[in-house]
Amino acid sequence: MRVLMFGWEYPPHITGGLGTACFGLTKAMVNQGDEIIFIVPKAYGDESTEAARIVNASDVVIDLSSDYYKEYWSNLSYIEVNSKLVPYVGMDDYFNVINKRVKDREETTHLNNKRKYEFTGKYTSTLMDEVEKYAMVAASLAKEYDYDIIHAHDWLTYKAGIVAKNISGKKLVIHVHATEFDRSGENINQTVFDIEKYGMDNADHIVCVSDFTRNIVITRYGQNPNKVSTIYNGANSLIYNDIQVEKAVKEKVVTFLGRITFQKGPDYFIEAAAKVLKYDKNIRFVMAGSGDMLNRMVALVAKKRISKYFHFTGFLKGDDVTKMFALSDVYVMPSVSEPFGISPLEAINANVPVVISKQSGVSEVLKYAIKVDFWDIDAMANAIYCLVHYPALSKMFIKKGKKEVEEIRWEDSAKKLRNLYYKLLS
Amino acid sequence: MKSICFYFQVHQPFRLRNYRFFDIGRNHSYFDDMQNAWICRRVADKCYLPTNKLMLDLIRQHKGAFKISYSISGVALDQFERYTPEVIDSFKELAKTGCVEFLAETYTHSLSSLKSKQEFISQVKIHSKKIEQLFGQKPKVFRNTELIYSDAIGEMVAEMGFKAQLSEGAKHILGWRSPNYAYQHPSNNGLKLLLKNFQLSDDIAFRFSQHTWDGYPLTTEKYVDWLNQVDNPECINLFMDYETFGEHQWKETGIFEFLKYLPSRVLSHSDYSFNTPSELADNLKPVDKIHVPYPMSWADEERDLTAWLGNDLQDDAFDQIYELEEKVRKIDDINFWIDWRYLQTSDHFYYMCTKWFSDGDVHKYFNHYDTPYEAYMNYANVLSDFRIRLDDALDISLLPKLEHMQFEMEEEKASETSKLKKAPAKKTTTKKTATTNKTTVKKTANKEKTNSKTTKTKASKSDK
Repeated sequence: MRVLMFGWEYPPHITGGLGTACFGLTKAMVNQGDEIIFIVPKAYGDESTEAARIVNASDVVIDLSSDYYKEYWSNLSYIEVNSKLVPYVGMDDYFNVINKRVKDREETTHLNNKRKYEFTGKYTSTLMDEVEKYAMVAASLAKEYDYDIIHAHDWLTYKAGIVAKNISGKKLVIHVHATEFDRSGENINQTVFDIEKYGMDNADHIVCVSDFTRNIVITRYGQNPNKVSTIYNGANSLIYNDIQVEKAVKEKVVTFLGRITFQKGPDYFIEAAAKVLKYDKNIRFVMAGSGDMLNRMVALVAKKRISKYFHFTGFLKGDDVTKMFALSDVYVMPSVSEPFGISPLEAINANVPVVISKQSGVSEVLKYAIKVDFWDIDAMANAIYCLVHYPALSKMFIKKGKKEVEEIRWEDSAKKLRNLYYKLLS
Repeated sequence: MKSICFYFQVHQPFRLRNYRFFDIGRNHSYFDDMQNAWICRRVADKCYLPTNKLMLDLIRQHKGAFKISYSISGVALDQFERYTPEVIDSFKELAKTGCVEFLAETYTHSLSSLKSKQEFISQVKIHSKKIEQLFGQKPKVFRNTELIYSDAIGEMVAEMGFKAQLSEGAKHILGWRSPNYAYQHPSNNGLKLLLKNFQLSDDIAFRFSQHTWDGYPLTTEKYVDWLNQVDNPECINLFMDYETFGEHQWKETGIFEFLKYLPSRVLSHSDYSFNTPSELADNLKPVDKIHVPYPMSWADEERDLTAWLGNDLQDDAFDQIYELEEKVRKIDDINFWIDWRYLQTSDHFYYMCTKWFSDGDVHKYFNHYDTPYEAYMNYANVLSDFRIRLDDALDISLLPKLEHMQFEMEEEKASETSKLKKAPAKKTTTKKTATTNKTTVKKTANKEKTNSKTTKTKASKSDK
């Protein structure tokens, strides 16, 4: 099967889970014999070509004389949006991004009637602009390559996918890694929602990363359930470096690690921490990461008078993340809305038992995890207390969890996806 | 002699309430009275009351030819007394017919036989006493929680003077042998073993309403044909949960009609008679000894203990509850005994089973927790509180009295559980029980003597 795939990022230039997920999936697909042309807005030249042929959209020459281009161009309007757009944005990257205007805007090179776009490939305020231009590039690519099916990852690439579909007449599969409701709760950005819905309406099939997301796609975007499938992410491509870290504190450490934003539910973590600390002061709570709610969270900790036992680390990167896991006794992911959520799998790989919210896709595939509703701070506090106090429980999670994570395999995702392709094409 | 032996298990655990860690040290009520009352009421209406009425009609109709047996756990009886006393009355009514045998088991449907001989024996004695008090007959045949049996358990049961024990006709134990005969314990202690014919039992208990099953729909005609096809049996032991009737198999499946016409069909179209376990034990000659080095049960495909014990959560909880035994025995307070024993009920460990990750609609059906971890966390929190209470009580308490405490006395206290529950807060009752204590201690001592005599004579008989 030859697949034309549209993505936004690819390792090593990733800001979050989207790139990692694309890499895991494409690698497994190539191993089962599929051929993939992977388009990214900006390629740096050092992308892993292990799994797919990487095409840099910035290098693509667009023929402005093409009728299709003209038609598209005339219908196009630029909208600059200051929205929270980012799928899977890693840590506080987004937070940084919205605070500064990025200098490197696109350059266009004119060659008579032809031009190239220089994409930043970042999640900047020019994002909408890039999304539209990316779609135009797709028109050129759609003609240039030979493929059986088109696959577009997340809303940034939906328009590109649709353009390619219209030009080539091939079927389009879109892959929903996150929805606007995961990113913004109920205060959604209408422009983003519209693009998402436009993509779903025009796709021949919709792949979601969990039943949780599938349900949102069906109910909030009004999609026909028969057109929407769940294919879980894999976990076996995760690499865990076995770093030996000596614990400096004798107390048990309970960790939150992620962007400190609304959808990650940091406030519920603090509420639960306060409940536990009321009864047991021999526990330390750590909130690692940063985000637009950080200041409010610091204030909340102060207000609860638990700052003696509560620590903020700021944004953690690379080895520091691994070290943080190594220091932790319990990992909590209280996400309000999490399409999949890869960090609990990393925690389990690092031998840390996890408490995860039921409002996460990963809770559908993990058995060795304590699952609570994100708003149920009593249950969350109880789970934390029990994991800290009852070794039989934490030992069992450590013993069985790693094996379970190893069995959540990208190979299975790729196989399911291939079956789905065949079904669509037959 | 060709017999059909019906035994029905009646059991309801005291389910724990949602007990969070912030309850530890503050809230000492562990059981979910609302839920327990509600379930008891529901099962009484759907199963116990209608089925008891039907059984009573059948016994009267067949004038002594239809006989059945029950094992009712002490925790079920305690709940009936509290929530649905008419269920007790209907069992009393059945007892009066003389066609119903009541079996002995552990009072709280516990797994104590696997852990503590002293506790096991205490619980069986309290249970027998309760049965005698309610139904006017002293149990002579024993059945252990979930039909769990091993050579070691059989030894203890024989020591207590029971003439037979019921267990599973597990294939890995019987091999080529048939469950349709009486067997015996290997050590000539006189204990006979009656083994469940799981094929014919499960046809009713599990497969009755299964549309995909070859035998569906099961009629009395078909079932009696099957009974007649069994090759040269002496007894067909049909052991099942009583809740089969009306609760596991709903009324709408026709289970009550099946039951209603089964006895007359058996009596008119076969040469089987209905007998109680005691009658079988008295009349059947064991055909062989069977060795059961490792405990077996009637659960799941494996017929082992893995539904209750084996994963780390279950083993830890199980070890913890029995670690407390020594401390509980030092305390002269009935409330500690009640809680400790109610916490031993096997269901608590069943809820912690992780097997249903792969298989087990059956497991899920009986489980009010979403996950085994919730079950464990709840239980562990309760134990934490219980341990604190115990330690506090031991600090202040009755250390000087310790030497006078006798094992027998403790039993009495636990058996008072139910009496106290009936009339809590009445000073007179406590006085009365205090005086009766002394006399019953003597009585049980006498009984033990006679028991040991009878086992001796039995042993010598079987030697011959």
